[in-house]
Amino acid sequence: MTVLSPEPVQDAPTSDLVLSLRGVNKNFGAVQALTDIDLDIYSGEVVALVGDNGAGKSTLVKILAGVHPQDGGTITHDNRVVPINNPADSNRLGIATVYQDLALCDNLDVVANLFLGHELGRSTINEVEMEKRSWELLRQLSARIPSVRIPVASLSGGQRQTVAIARSLIGEPRIVILDEPTAALGVAQTAEVLNLIERLRERGLGVVLISHNMADVQAVADRVVVLRLGRNNGEFKVAEVTSEEIIAAITGASDNAVTRRAQSRADSAAARPAADAGSTPASPPEEDRS
Amino acid sequence: MTTPTSTPPPRTPADPTPPTENVRLAKVAADLQDERLIQPKGLGGSVRAFGKRVRSGDIGSLPVVIGLVVIWVVFSLLNPNFLSSTNLVNLTLQCAAVGTISIGIVLVLLLGEIDLSVGSVSGLAAAILAVSFVNLGWPLPLSLLAALAAGLIVGLLYGFLYTRFGVPSFVITLAGLLGFLGLQLWVLGSTGSINLPFDSWIVQFAQQTFLPDWLSYVLVVLTVLGYGAQLLVTARRRAAAGLSAVPTASIIVRSVALLVVLAVPTWYLNQTRGVGAMFLLFLVLVVVMNFFLSRTRWGRSVYAVGGNVEAARRSGIKVTQVYVSVFVLCSTFAALGGILAAGRLAAANQGSGGGDTNLNAIAAAVIGGASLFGGRGTAFSALLGILVIQSISSGLTLLNLDSSVRYMITGAVLLLAVIVDSLSRRTRVSHGRA
Repeated sequence: MTVLSPEPVQDAPTSDLVLSLRGVNKNFGAVQALTDIDLDIYSGEVVALVGDNGAGKSTLVKILAGVHPQDGGTITHDNRVVPINNPADSNRLGIATVYQDLALCDNLDVVANLFLGHELGRSTINEVEMEKRSWELLRQLSARIPSVRIPVASLSGGQRQTVAIARSLIGEPRIVILDEPTAALGVAQTAEVLNLIERLRERGLGVVLISHNMADVQAVADRVVVLRLGRNNGEFKVAEVTSEEIIAAITGASDNAVTRRAQSRADSAAARPAADAGSTPASPPEEDRS
Repeated sequence: MTTPTSTPPPRTPADPTPPTENVRLAKVAADLQDERLIQPKGLGGSVRAFGKRVRSGDIGSLPVVIGLVVIWVVFSLLNPNFLSSTNLVNLTLQCAAVGTISIGIVLVLLLGEIDLSVGSVSGLAAAILAVSFVNLGWPLPLSLLAALAAGLIVGLLYGFLYTRFGVPSFVITLAGLLGFLGLQLWVLGSTGSINLPFDSWIVQFAQQTFLPDWLSYVLVVLTVLGYGAQLLVTARRRAAAGLSAVPTASIIVRSVALLVVLAVPTWYLNQTRGVGAMFLLFLVLVVVMNFFLSRTRWGRSVYAVGGNVEAARRSGIKVTQVYVSVFVLCSTFAALGGILAAGRLAAANQGSGGGDTNLNAIAAAVIGGASLFGGRGTAFSALLGILVIQSISSGLTLLNLDSSVRYMITGAVLLLAVIVDSLSRRTRVSHGRA
């Protein structure tokens, strides 16, 4: 299973396998969006999910978030096969998703946004306790928000991203999925968000980072999973790979007419050994194709 | 709530702040530690902060209050009777029925939706009350319940149509405007007009019941004490939690201000008939709705849905239930307004809830500061807005002006209010307060 056992991070309390996807399929009508996807998420580890547009990253995230149920394959959570049919299932498994559009209510203040849907207090909202917790949480993340009683609309892009990430932590999740958290941010704000991601890892959370930015991936991720055209196309430890190799896997530079012909010849010669490709561990494409 | 959120998150292993800074920060409230925060100091600071907020478009109810003052000054110059106690008592009674309807409009506007049928629904409720009570001889409470239930059912229908089929509320309620007007006429039958007996409880309540002077003052004092106590408790809890708290001096100033705002009009109304029970009911409804909107999860979810429905859905708010509850409340408030109007008129007829009821209710909510774009406004919008609308209406009536002029002026004021709403929204966006 684990060709690449995850490198334990120093500060992480544990490094257990939290969630594991095997042979996950998803199609939308005639389009096979995901084919036999494998993905492991460990606690205290940042796994980057990279791939070109249309590679299936967002579809995979939506399956994990419970927006779309998968068509085939299994999702194992703590060694138990679980269904994720709706967002509530996903929440129950401790998966928190921060979408690219952040989904903040601009007219509400930071406290209200952080606790939206999880307000404290019995019959009435306990604003004091919520504000206190908000400050505690933001301080732990070393977030730089001047006031939590201003509408979210008045915050900068990085601060909004911080609020969205902090909100995902309110429900004490075990896995945080970040969809392009740095896409719209400036240099300093990107650095802040990367710091934030490292702090999530220090807290022992499993982080799935979706990004187009190789610099960010190399700066913060422990492991990179490459998707290409809805399939696994390599899995790397960041410490042992160059960004050129990752980009080659993303763009399929090693996947061309020559390698495909060699592959098909090898396939027919070996009487379809690829039939159980879905359950074999993903490996760098060079080995796959030769 | 006993979700996992009630346990504090684990602390980070490495606290990034050096200990010396922690000592320095410990003296400052947790929410005032950022050095970028501009902190108003003292009373002058509070005034300056208020001025700054207004300039950046966070005007709240300021334009309405200014508008109200202007209207009252102009009309009292044109006709001294306008500000007489007798006229103001009438004004409060006129406010109650449409104001109650307007509370419901504020709720739907908070969601960014609209209900155009409140007039017809109020007329339907009046017709049901009159027919069941007078023609069928039902006991009065049963008739009232039936009228309110009609509003509730209408709201359920709207909520179902909106959430199930996604028809815009504008269209659903436009259909309702016609449909329930027809139903009202059908319920009233061929007579077309039914008088409610003058000695019936509802008519007495709407026309003749006024608070005794002592009771009105007691209520004023209790309200102010409750307000001050609530501020004090909040301030104490915030201080205990290490957050900045409103200074006691400021609480006293605010409470005294509220005392003046409540006691002076009460005293003035008491010069003649006093505070009408129906107007008090309206005020209580406003305060209660304000409590639900600002202090409960339901209220928070109403604002969230109005601000960003997708964000609300993703954070686990049951958006469908919020929509249905708001449509139901709006129609029920409309029915209640219809009942009050019928009581005040002591009759239900084909014109009940017709004419300008609909647009006055909507205009009041908008003039009072409920944004048409959703997510902004308070229950007090209904109170302030209806005061403006009825002041104009009453002032123009005193000047013996034709209803044609009244309509035109009310329309112009509504237009002005919407322009102020749009402008302040634009200013808020450019000042980052949207």
